[in-house]
Amino acid sequence: MSINPDQTIKFSPMHRLQWEEAQQKDVILYPEGMVELNQSSAEILKMCDGTRKLDQIIDDLEQKFATTGLANDITAFLEVALKNGWIQQN
Amino acid sequence: MAGSNKTKITPPRWLLAELTYACPLQCPYCANPIDYAKYQSELDTEDWKRVLSQARKMGAVQLGFSGGEPLTRKDLPELVKHARDLGYYSNLITSGYGLTEEKIAQLKEAGLDHIQVSIQASTQELNDHLAGTESFQHKKEVAHLVKKHGYPMVLCVVIHRENIHQMPQILEMAEELGADYLELANTQYYGWAHANRDLLLPTKEQFEQAEQIAQAFKEKVAGKMKIYYVVPDFYEDRPKACMNGWGTTFLTIAPDGVALPCHSARELPDMDCPNVKDYSIEQIWNESKTFNFFRGFEWMKEPCSSCDEKEKDFGGCRCQAYLLSGDMYAADPVCSKSPNHHVIQDAIDSAKASALADNEKPLIFRNSKNSRLLS
Repeated sequence: MSINPDQTIKFSPMHRLQWEEAQQKDVILYPEGMVELNQSSAEILKMCDGTRKLDQIIDDLEQKFATTGLANDITAFLEVALKNGWIQQN
Repeated sequence: MAGSNKTKITPPRWLLAELTYACPLQCPYCANPIDYAKYQSELDTEDWKRVLSQARKMGAVQLGFSGGEPLTRKDLPELVKHARDLGYYSNLITSGYGLTEEKIAQLKEAGLDHIQVSIQASTQELNDHLAGTESFQHKKEVAHLVKKHGYPMVLCVVIHRENIHQMPQILEMAEELGADYLELANTQYYGWAHANRDLLLPTKEQFEQAEQIAQAFKEKVAGKMKIYYVVPDFYEDRPKACMNGWGTTFLTIAPDGVALPCHSARELPDMDCPNVKDYSIEQIWNESKTFNFFRGFEWMKEPCSSCDEKEKDFGGCRCQAYLLSGDMYAADPVCSKSPNHHVIQDAIDSAKASALADNEKPLIFRNSKNSRLLS
């Protein structure tokens, strides 16, 4: 399963992405499960709002964190996210 | 006493709210205590709201509304809404009995995140026999309605000797109903399942065959359906890491307000389980004798105390140790290192003998009459 660069990416309506005050981190919640996210994973997922394609997500994150060369890491993480059903395309 | 002040206490993450012991079904493997009928009182709406608020403040985030049948509580939508406002991810664990489309929509509106529907078997005849109630067709309708209203649909099937031969049909049914998650829960022998063990425990060959079928199916539906397979611990040689360790993650509140580190813990002796009517969740979690009882490792006996796997499985399940060896401090007899391990083989042999007997005794169904008779 890989990311289609021509389609927008959105966070799955079957999951919930939420900041947990007690844990001081973002988590993904789904039936009977929870994934704790590090800051960079959470930032990537927050960009998946159904309006951006892969390239735009990379551009926006590189701009937000004033850096370059994030493409490989972001793509690799989004492929994991797609495989786990956390994000959807089209 | 067990427990140690030196053990670092982690906050609860999962809250199981057993709203009631009332249930229209009579499943003979029910996890409720055998003597449930003697606990008549139920927390009121305000008590539950306070419990949800206090546990959320400590960090609980996954919430199960369970029972009994939680739909018998008229205040369920109000509690669901309160849970959503607090930021819980809430799960309704239901038989589906009495669930209408109107109610499914109302609960969605209130903020319920998902619905887990139990089905007892893949055929109407066996389902209705095991449930002790005519319910099969309605459960299938409910499963469709759950999908229709945009919930992730979790189908739960408890597996035992009466239905294990239906594994291929159970998997087909889950696919046909469009389940997003399928929980194949091999029966854990507590409560009513313990009382009916001779009739429910399958043979090793049956387990292995069913597991192979389920594993092959898991690969086939990868990406479409997630399968949770709850292992049959009688056929393992190491115990499960029960509750992820006592008092580390899970908090169960029974219908009468008793707080438990796991839903079977009220069957252990001398636990003096605290009640949420008398104490706050924070006091219960951090300070109560019950929740500190098996925290850490100091309570352990040999072979657990010197075992290099103790941090992995915490000596297994305390309730199972008590039920099978009479000693709640002992290693879980499932462990091949346990001096009581032979009781597992005895149970397997006894179940096999029962299956081969000419006139096998009948299942004891979970209802108030049997509860009073047995306790």
